[in-house]
Amino acid sequence: MDQSSIDEFLDEVVQYQGERLLFDARHLRWVDPNGMLGLLLAGSVAGETLGVRPQIELPDNPDVQGYLDRMGFYSHAQKVFECGADPSGIVPRASDVLLEITAINTNHDVHEIVDRVQGRAGAMLTSKLGYPSASVIPFSVMLSEVCQNIIEHAEGPGWVAAQAYNWAKRLGRFVIVISVMDCGRGFKGSLSDEHSARYGDRWSDSTALEAAFLHGLTRFADPGRGQGLQQIRKQVSKWSGLISARSGTARISQVPEWGDSLPMVDGMAPLPGAQISIILPAVVGP
Amino acid sequence: MRTDAPDPIAIDIGEVLQRSVTSLYSSLITRPTGRAVRMAIETQLRGAGTLSISLIDFSEVGIIDYSCADEVVAKLLKQYLADERRDALFVFRGVREPHRLQVEGVLQRQNLAAVAETAPSQFTLVGTFSDQERQVWDRLEVKKTICADAVDQIAPDRSGVMALESLVERGLVFRSSESGRVHALSQLVAHLM
Repeated sequence: MDQSSIDEFLDEVVQYQGERLLFDARHLRWVDPNGMLGLLLAGSVAGETLGVRPQIELPDNPDVQGYLDRMGFYSHAQKVFECGADPSGIVPRASDVLLEITAINTNHDVHEIVDRVQGRAGAMLTSKLGYPSASVIPFSVMLSEVCQNIIEHAEGPGWVAAQAYNWAKRLGRFVIVISVMDCGRGFKGSLSDEHSARYGDRWSDSTALEAAFLHGLTRFADPGRGQGLQQIRKQVSKWSGLISARSGTARISQVPEWGDSLPMVDGMAPLPGAQISIILPAVVGP
Repeated sequence: MRTDAPDPIAIDIGEVLQRSVTSLYSSLITRPTGRAVRMAIETQLRGAGTLSISLIDFSEVGIIDYSCADEVVAKLLKQYLADERRDALFVFRGVREPHRLQVEGVLQRQNLAAVAETAPSQFTLVGTFSDQERQVWDRLEVKKTICADAVDQIAPDRSGVMALESLVERGLVFRSSESGRVHALSQLVAHLM
């Protein structure tokens, strides 16, 4: 479960909102930060509607179990799901994780994330992606801005996670995947009071995403606001990366030449919050 | 010290960060952190003379993000430029490669400009400015200071004079109201470095 399959999964969860759900992850063979945060988001959405935590059957595969453990999935899952099995017996291994799943509730969390990630990011960006050592600064800045997006605009809790993978088959090189998701009020909800009137009938999740993602619109009158996402897009583009944001029924993407995502997908199920995914590929050798 | 120059103040942002934000944050990130640092700077400036020039030093700052740069640099400049008294001038020190993009980004977003030290003892204009402003500023930077009757050496024609007026108006050079002498800001803070 990753960026390519997450929308389909989340749409299905929204369709069954209001029903008691069992998330059967027993046969899960692969999950990346988008998949893990997607599961937590799905569980939160399902649980919020009913007021009862949904159930989850955890993966059978020991590799997937171990990986989820290293990413800190279980401690977050226990707050969202009724776990079918006790995962506490899993023996933790030395962590090779770039950024474990971390809840974002306050600006203090953002400081902790940036402080924590710097040492690991420096090594991974240079060794796995071939970026210059100084790239740890723009990477940290990007992480800071994307996490603040939750606090400033979602007005609800969220999570962040990041890890490096060898996309040998898909791309023939390493990538770093960063996922940030929340179940707050979404882009449309954040911008509606100030901007919906100007758009009239055209106001929707997709126009709200375009306004924030492409034009830097924000609910604040302050002209200094709204540049976080713009600057993240610039930086991702410099690194030939992919950034996409889903909010409600739409997903907008800035697609590099190696990507096959559509720039805008509309008509999905009305999912709460905002979900941002960033994929940074290794530099192509000379 | 010159009698027609503003009072110089040195402000170490790394120190202000430690002092004004209760936790042990090492990075200048998030808007509330930036706001706290800006308010600490403003408090310090309130105790200054009628006209001051501040050397805001980022040398000890590890990371500054866009939100913080907006609060600490752009909002600080904007506030003092909007004030009729225009009693504060700023030079930003230690705006090296890791910080420059963020500082430039937030200034450009609001058509602001600032004087920044981007390499040891190397000052430059960052943000948004015209070619004419750049040329006049560069000439003054070389000369450091110039008398009122020799201004044509840095602003030889009408467009140059207009550019100089704009630089004064934008707080990017200092012109003494008493002598008419024009100073590069870097010269006015040189003894603080």
